[in-house]
Amino acid sequence: MTNDQSLIQAVEQADTPARLIAAVRALADAHLEAGIPILITALGYNNPGAASLAVEGLIQMGGSAVPPLLEKLDGYNYGARAYAIRALAAIADPRALDILNTAALNDFAPSVRRAAAKGLGNLHWHKLSPEQIPFAQEKAFYTLRQVCQDSEWSIRYAAIVGLQLLAAQPGLKPHIQTHLQQMLPSESDRAVRARVQLATLSS
Amino acid sequence: MQESNPEADGETEVSPSLTVEQAIANLTHEDVSLRYYAAWWLGKFQIDTPAAVEALIAALDDEADRTALGGYPLRRNAARALGKIGDIKAVPALIECLDGSDFYVREAAAQSLGMLGDPACIPALKQLLFGGIEAAVQVPGMPHLVQPYEAVMEALGTLQATEAIPLIKPFLEHSVERVQYSASRAMYQLTKDSVYGESLVKALAGKDIQLRRVALSDLGAIGYLPAASAIVSSAVENSFKLIALKGLLEHQLEPFKPESLNDEAIKVMNLMDTLL
Repeated sequence: MTNDQSLIQAVEQADTPARLIAAVRALADAHLEAGIPILITALGYNNPGAASLAVEGLIQMGGSAVPPLLEKLDGYNYGARAYAIRALAAIADPRALDILNTAALNDFAPSVRRAAAKGLGNLHWHKLSPEQIPFAQEKAFYTLRQVCQDSEWSIRYAAIVGLQLLAAQPGLKPHIQTHLQQMLPSESDRAVRARVQLATLSS
Repeated sequence: MQESNPEADGETEVSPSLTVEQAIANLTHEDVSLRYYAAWWLGKFQIDTPAAVEALIAALDDEADRTALGGYPLRRNAARALGKIGDIKAVPALIECLDGSDFYVREAAAQSLGMLGDPACIPALKQLLFGGIEAAVQVPGMPHLVQPYEAVMEALGTLQATEAIPLIKPFLEHSVERVQYSASRAMYQLTKDSVYGESLVKALAGKDIQLRRVALSDLGAIGYLPAASAIVSSAVENSFKLIALKGLLEHQLEPFKPESLNDEAIKVMNLMDTLL
């Protein structure tokens, strides 16, 4: 058995939470293409320590982790889905745009929606063809404006973080600034209001 | 400490809608399950009309809704609702609940008295701590101690009841971790001594995820700023960490004018951003 296979097997065979964490860390550190599917599986083991390490490992793999992450998005386990969306958001590959849009708007789990909202602001737009960029950015802006009206504070908070990141795009910046200014008087939650203020200062 | 899963909150709610009048009427409906739901509903939507508050206070004396073990489900929900609604007219009735036979009614009443913020309840809350940790033992056959010590200490801490310090301090040595945490939390609120904040930080490294969540929520409630990075790196779901950091952030915002953000507040928000 090769060393690579034994790293993968160690994750599959881990029988305690501590062994799982150690095995996931070793596999993540090895940067193996072949390890991507098992890192994705590890997102669903209900072990936050292992899942965070797996997310880090997937982010390190960059674009090659994107298709399997999109394909294997866990429809049943929202915890696993949130970790996967976090990985996609951090990799920032615009192939994830549609998934992030849908997740930010419609997922039933706040953790998934937060991760998606933040991710929508931060995509590597330049990887799209020039004629696709305005449409894609407008779509992200539209989604984030919707998400800013959610009833759950943490989701609004995440949408504001997404908007602040999106405001790095010169074409959108004035529109986002206006939107943030309009949010301030109506925002009832102090923490969210503070985040809007920070966004208006930073964006 | 009542712990709820923030992931579950707000996404499993499929609540039949009621009008305020219906909800108040349902508090005395012959179907006791409708009474129970109506009390929850009034609290959830913080219906603070005098009629709602009076009907909920009356529900604290309900005799119809009983469990097999003699508990009073409606009274529990009514006591919880009155805390959320925030009308201090409920204080005398809630103080009376502290003497009741149902542990969970006493617990809900103590929590709500803490939320209502009226110091009139302090002597009654203190009484539940009499006897110290020797008296604070498990009730045979039940999953709880003699009194709702956690709720009582948390309420006393919130109420700034410094006169309760000598009663609370011994509970730092109680054998049940959650009780220790509540004592630490209250002692920090009453003394601002960082030793109590640090013992909660230490609890974040504990073996049991439920206990780590409780410690996290306690740190958020007391707004203990030095815990910020320990909160971020604790092995707990991000949803819980975000709520705890929100507590820290709100404590930073309190003394400031709405238009100014201090550096600490910005640091906490930067940490929150990493947890989304």
